[in-house]
Amino acid sequence: MAIVEHLYPLTGAVLVGLGLYGFLTLRHPLRQLLAVNVVGAGIFLILGGLGRGADSTDPFPQALVITGIVVAVALTAFGAALILRVAEDERAPDGTAADDTNGNHP
Amino acid sequence: MTLAFDLILCLMIIGTAASALLMRNALAAIVFFIVFGNLLGLAWLAMDAVNVAMAEIAIGAGVTGVLLILARQRLMALGDDLVCDEMPGWLRAGALVACAGFAALVGAAVLSVAPSDDLGGPIAALMPSLGIENPVTGVLLAFRAYDTLLETFVLLGALVAVWSLAPGTAWPHPPATLALTEREGHGVAAAFGRLLLPLALVMAAYLVWTGSDLPGGAFQAGTVLAGGLIIAVIGGAVLWPRGDNRLLRVALVLGPAVFLTIGLAGIALGRFLFYPPGFEKALIVAIEYSLALSIGVTLALQLAGPPVTPDHKG
Repeated sequence: MAIVEHLYPLTGAVLVGLGLYGFLTLRHPLRQLLAVNVVGAGIFLILGGLGRGADSTDPFPQALVITGIVVAVALTAFGAALILRVAEDERAPDGTAADDTNGNHP
Repeated sequence: MTLAFDLILCLMIIGTAASALLMRNALAAIVFFIVFGNLLGLAWLAMDAVNVAMAEIAIGAGVTGVLLILARQRLMALGDDLVCDEMPGWLRAGALVACAGFAALVGAAVLSVAPSDDLGGPIAALMPSLGIENPVTGVLLAFRAYDTLLETFVLLGALVAVWSLAPGTAWPHPPATLALTEREGHGVAAAFGRLLLPLALVMAAYLVWTGSDLPGGAFQAGTVLAGGLIIAVIGGAVLWPRGDNRLLRVALVLGPAVFLTIGLAGIALGRFLFYPPGFEKALIVAIEYSLALSIGVTLALQLAGPPVTPDHKG
């Protein structure tokens, strides 16, 4: 049965759709960052699930997924730092924010 | 695994993902995301992909979850209440239809590909020449070593990018501390941090060593090390280093540098990233140990965020 064999990759397809919906409708950058991670997890499930043979899972997509997971966390860390920096600049009283920007170019 | 188990697991994965996206409360959403990551780890276990399960639970659920919680807490300290603006209903419905359509297309594409482990056989046939038995480590450190080498530079580059967001007055001061401020909790956290860091070191060393033949490896080990470092920082047993600390810089660059040096030395023997016969395992393990150290320190510092000006309370 096709559906049974494809259970995990199909779950991945649903996750991609869900994550995209979250990314479009959630109006806060941190929530959108979480949604991007859900899309990524869905893509990993598709990639790994389609490498699932009769009694073993293809090591090649497994290695790619591990690489992907690590790159995804690097992206999340950078995204979170960017969101925080933007929030700091927006909320800071005018004087301090300007000082910070000028400090980069002494 | 039985079909019923797989079905229930997939439904729970979709349910927790939906909760993580649709919850109004941001902290509840992040907690659901962590549960979602752990269930995904179970799914990888059900697919006999133990290496991926470890990476997903440690990095996908653990590190990403802590990152999001920390970002939420710091945003709230800045006065951001993390409430999403309401979207008009018709836009929401349109997005739903578009995303459902896209998911259906991806699903149809997935159904048109028959699952198979085509490369499992050829990789298994090549493994004896490496002297290690874990095929995933073989792919990561030998057959696709290029990808892994570049990935370690991506990780390092992301840390540099995070640091570059610091205001000019903050460099090279350490990132905001995570240490608990309440006196009651502090003693427990401090004792726990001091206890866990050496355990994490031993566990990381074991994971790298065993990763040659059994599930494990540099990335899983690096995450365990990062976890130990973060707990130790929360307990106040370790302080974040300054950005211009020489030891820190050596630890950050060691993994990629050792990997690149061994790769370049391979050119003298034939081609880039060529391991001389008989020394494959020794070189792979050497690369993995230095990588685990660098990955652990890099992940912990990425989580810590950019340097802050000393009087600034993060």
